[in-house]
Amino acid sequence: MDSMITQIQGVPLNHYIIFCSLIFAIGVTGVLIRRNVIIIMMSIELMLNSVNLLLAAFSAYRGDASGQVFVFFIMALAAAEVAVGLAIIIMVYRNTKSVDIESLSKLRW
Amino acid sequence: MSVFYLVAFLAIFFALMTIFTKNPVHSVLYLVVTFFTLTIHYILLNAQFLAVVNFIVYMGAIMVLFLFVLMLLNLNGDTEPVKSNLAKIMGAIAGMCLIATFLGAFRVLQPNNEMVVGNAEIGLVKNLGKVLFNEFLLPFEISSILLLTAMVGAVLLAKKEVRKV
Repeated sequence: MDSMITQIQGVPLNHYIIFCSLIFAIGVTGVLIRRNVIIIMMSIELMLNSVNLLLAAFSAYRGDASGQVFVFFIMALAAAEVAVGLAIIIMVYRNTKSVDIESLSKLRW
Repeated sequence: MSVFYLVAFLAIFFALMTIFTKNPVHSVLYLVVTFFTLTIHYILLNAQFLAVVNFIVYMGAIMVLFLFVLMLLNLNGDTEPVKSNLAKIMGAIAGMCLIATFLGAFRVLQPNNEMVVGNAEIGLVKNLGKVLFNEFLLPFEISSILLLTAMVGAVLLAKKEVRKV
């Protein structure tokens, strides 16, 4: 067990940064290329999760527990955001019968 | 150490599948697998509490909520709106540019290449609870108000409007 832990640790911090930025960029790409509102919200979850992992990695790197507490707060915020966002999507779907982001042009000037 | 690269590869692969698959239900399922790989990452970082919370909150609650809404609205691959190919290509190029910008920025910054040594102590519930309730007590209470507000707001929004005669 101890040897396994020493084996899985020892990844350079650089690699965590690159990995998390890749996941973040995938989330941004998902927001840009999809038209379904629900999938856009899922891409936002992907971005939040990449930032969470990076905070946890920095926290482990610095030996400071504050980063992991921030991850906890981000998770609470994401739960609230998903609840309100999905309720709004259900309301929009009832009124327009679609989840297409380009049909939501009511706020356009 | 090689476990990290395997799991990172899997996470990136499933994240790509999430945004490129056509059927929204498959998309949600791929996202659940992505979150599972991220949970493995938390375990590798010795963040046991976060791993459990990620498992329960993200995979158990949030993704089930997404799946529930998708099935409530009866969406599947046939009703999926598709963007024009031009917009898709532009989006993909913009994403690639973001990756290139990030990598270039990290090259310029030259962050130190030291190893992450996960301290087994800090990820435990006991230690996190001490930090949470000493330094972060006020944000903790405010987040409870945030969750309450979100719950009330969601119920009010999703309620059927009473038609006035």
